Amino acid sequence: MSSPLEARYHRQRVPLLWWARRRSYATFMLRELSSVFVALFVVELLLLVRAVARGPAAYQGFLDAMANPAVIAVNVVALAFVLLHAVTFANLTPRAMVVRLRGRTVPARLILAGVYAGWLVVTVFLLWLVVG
Amino acid sequence: MASPTSKTTPEPFVWLLFSAGGVVAALVLPVLVVLFGVAIPLGWVDAPDYGHLQAVLRNPLTRLAVIGISALALVHAAHRLRFTVEHALQLRRYDAVIATVCYGGAVAGAVAAVYLTLGAL
Repeated sequence: MSSPLEARYHRQRVPLLWWARRRSYATFMLRELSSVFVALFVVELLLLVRAVARGPAAYQGFLDAMANPAVIAVNVVALAFVLLHAVTFANLTPRAMVVRLRGRTVPARLILAGVYAGWLVVTVFLLWLVVG
Repeated sequence: MASPTSKTTPEPFVWLLFSAGGVVAALVLPVLVVLFGVAIPLGWVDAPDYGHLQAVLRNPLTRLAVIGISALALVHAAHRLRFTVEHALQLRRYDAVIATVCYGGAVAGAVAAVYLTLGAL
């Protein structure tokens, strides 16, 4: 243990790119960076709502903009990050939430199965709502 | 130093919003990115026609869902981005500025979602 005075004047220097040195740190950073693409896609969704509010011509304009190859490329990357977010967040659930049923702890695998089943239901519902 | 009990922080509340936003984003966003970001632009799936999409979006439940999903997912992203930027680039000193920009952006997005769904549609 160092004294408060020592702690104040002695600072360990951490390299700026500390997270690039180990695979596990880099994975952690990628997972955290997924938030950028979550935010980006929410903005895209709000642009869709705005286009629909403005009328059929604006909606067509939105579809054309989304079909731009550069925008598709960005959205493919966004998809990869959004999936990374979804998988890492789902896998966290059994650790964040301990479910007890009739005095017994429900196994983590069962909770995980429930999470993925719920995800499937939401996905199919949204597909039906938008396209069906 | 102040004792832990004498100081109330909004941290637990932000954490609650953070996890709710994470769940919502994980459940809802992947299928929407696949549809609107990839499948429809590439012509794998026909774009929904205007009347259908307008009817879906004008449903009160959809309006509520759009507001809830946007606000929570944006708060989630803001909270995460705040600490990612600070840890990755070691900018802890500028926490006040970074937090303001992140949460401010999320609030702006949420306000935009409310305006678009309740005012413009």
